Amino acid sequence: MDNPETEQSPETEQSPEVEQSGGTADAAVPISLIVNGMRHDLTVDPRVTLLDALRNHLGFTGTKKGCDQGQCGACTVLVNGHRIDSCLTLAVMNQDVPIVTIEGLGTPETLHPIQKAFIEHDGFQCGYCTSGQIMSVVALLEYEEPPVSDAEIRERMSGNLCRCGAYPGIVEAIKCVRDAARKPVAGEAA
Amino acid sequence: MNPFRYVKATSPADALARMGRNPGARFVAGGTTLLDLMKLGVETPGVLIDINHLGLDRITEDLHGLHIGAHVSNTGLAEDDSVKKNWPVVSQAILAGASTQLRNMATVGGNLLQGNRCGYFRDVAMPCNRRDPGTGCGALGEQPGVEGINRYCAVLGTSPSCITAHPSDMCVALVAVDAKVKISSPAFDRLERAETFFRLPGDTPQIQTDLGADEMITGIELPKLPAGARSMYLKVRDRTSYAYALTSAAVVLTLDAGGNIDHIRVALGGVGSVPWRSHEAENVLLRSPPTEEAFRAAAEAAFAGAVPYQYNGFKIALGQDTLVRVLNELVRPGAGEQP
Repeated sequence: MDNPETEQSPETEQSPEVEQSGGTADAAVPISLIVNGMRHDLTVDPRVTLLDALRNHLGFTGTKKGCDQGQCGACTVLVNGHRIDSCLTLAVMNQDVPIVTIEGLGTPETLHPIQKAFIEHDGFQCGYCTSGQIMSVVALLEYEEPPVSDAEIRERMSGNLCRCGAYPGIVEAIKCVRDAARKPVAGEAA
Repeated sequence: MNPFRYVKATSPADALARMGRNPGARFVAGGTTLLDLMKLGVETPGVLIDINHLGLDRITEDLHGLHIGAHVSNTGLAEDDSVKKNWPVVSQAILAGASTQLRNMATVGGNLLQGNRCGYFRDVAMPCNRRDPGTGCGALGEQPGVEGINRYCAVLGTSPSCITAHPSDMCVALVAVDAKVKISSPAFDRLERAETFFRLPGDTPQIQTDLGADEMITGIELPKLPAGARSMYLKVRDRTSYAYALTSAAVVLTLDAGGNIDHIRVALGGVGSVPWRSHEAENVLLRSPPTEEAFRAAAEAAFAGAVPYQYNGFKIALGQDTLVRVLNELVRPGAGEQP
């Protein structure tokens, strides 16, 4: 993606912001990210997206890179309780705010209720979009006004694409968790 | 992505001063458009000035209306209780655009500056006068034997240099409610009407808004709508969700005691080079009884000056039907009335 012709821009650029980073445009900067309740100090090029920082610098590879342009939702994480596409924001812009990834939800032994529901209702096939789908559902059911109708579920989940077409199972999983939260059923609660 | 220096501004004055010292710098707020365009090589700023920490993230209400900070998120504005109650057309328009993830990130100021989504603009290998003045308009299909892909393009306000459609839903509603854009420069603050904030492409399509190089958007103002105002936004798209408008209409109207229309604002989306206020439609409707005949005449007036291209001629009939449908919905007994 880097165009060799643009490499000269640091020299041709007037450099009035020297107080910030000692001269070169892409000098790595120290940042700190709070992921799943743990603080991580790292050094990144300012161009690194939150998605790439999570995956390549911190090893949280549960968050997936799909389109890398904010259309597919595979990279959905929670920042400050809001679901966002982590591919369209820079790591350096997301310091000192709580970030939650799929790794912060459950463990293989004790799955989050939404993870369980996706398994029970066939909410995925290849699984690539699943982390993003599940993070979106967490926001939908735990941080937003829960959806009432199936149409509303589909509308509000439209930022997460599934090329396998597991949508019917995803909608069923969402309804199951939503209704369990309203009226707990024996054995359902996590 | 091009290398850049990242700096965090601490106040509007600090942000403006940093912009003054760094010609070619860009402000970044939500980043949903800018970072996308930087990955594509369309935007190549040498300095990125983070303006997310300027204290412009609040919504306040007074006698005149609502004051919205430029960095309120699209979600924050759409879900605001006062907006939902008093400016429902604004809330509806925002929720009709993008996805929850993007609306959580995108800001009000950024939405005003999102530019366009034309495939030729986004592809640096393609001709585009808006991105690279003088290279031609790929969507027009001017090169012999090369078709222009222009199904999504505008039919109103285009010029021989650019036919892209303005992509925003929110901005269409802002025009319909007579919103104003609050703008600051190092010298002074000013208010610009949303309607005149956007510039027609003419022969300078690279200039998309009225915002100067030394200015920044600090907020928007929504003036109180007239008593009894009804408002609605309707968007027509290729799929039921998460797609740009083929056509859309935002209408605000009131009926007088005799049942005639005595306040009317018509703004159209998906069909114009800018969020398109139709004074022509308003002139037909003002003081007219709210009849299907009047609505149809207004819709025809709105598109009387439309210029279709190879693949987007359908937008004229669809845009007319979209407007007629909104008008009909708004005058159903009790529909859209404010409490």
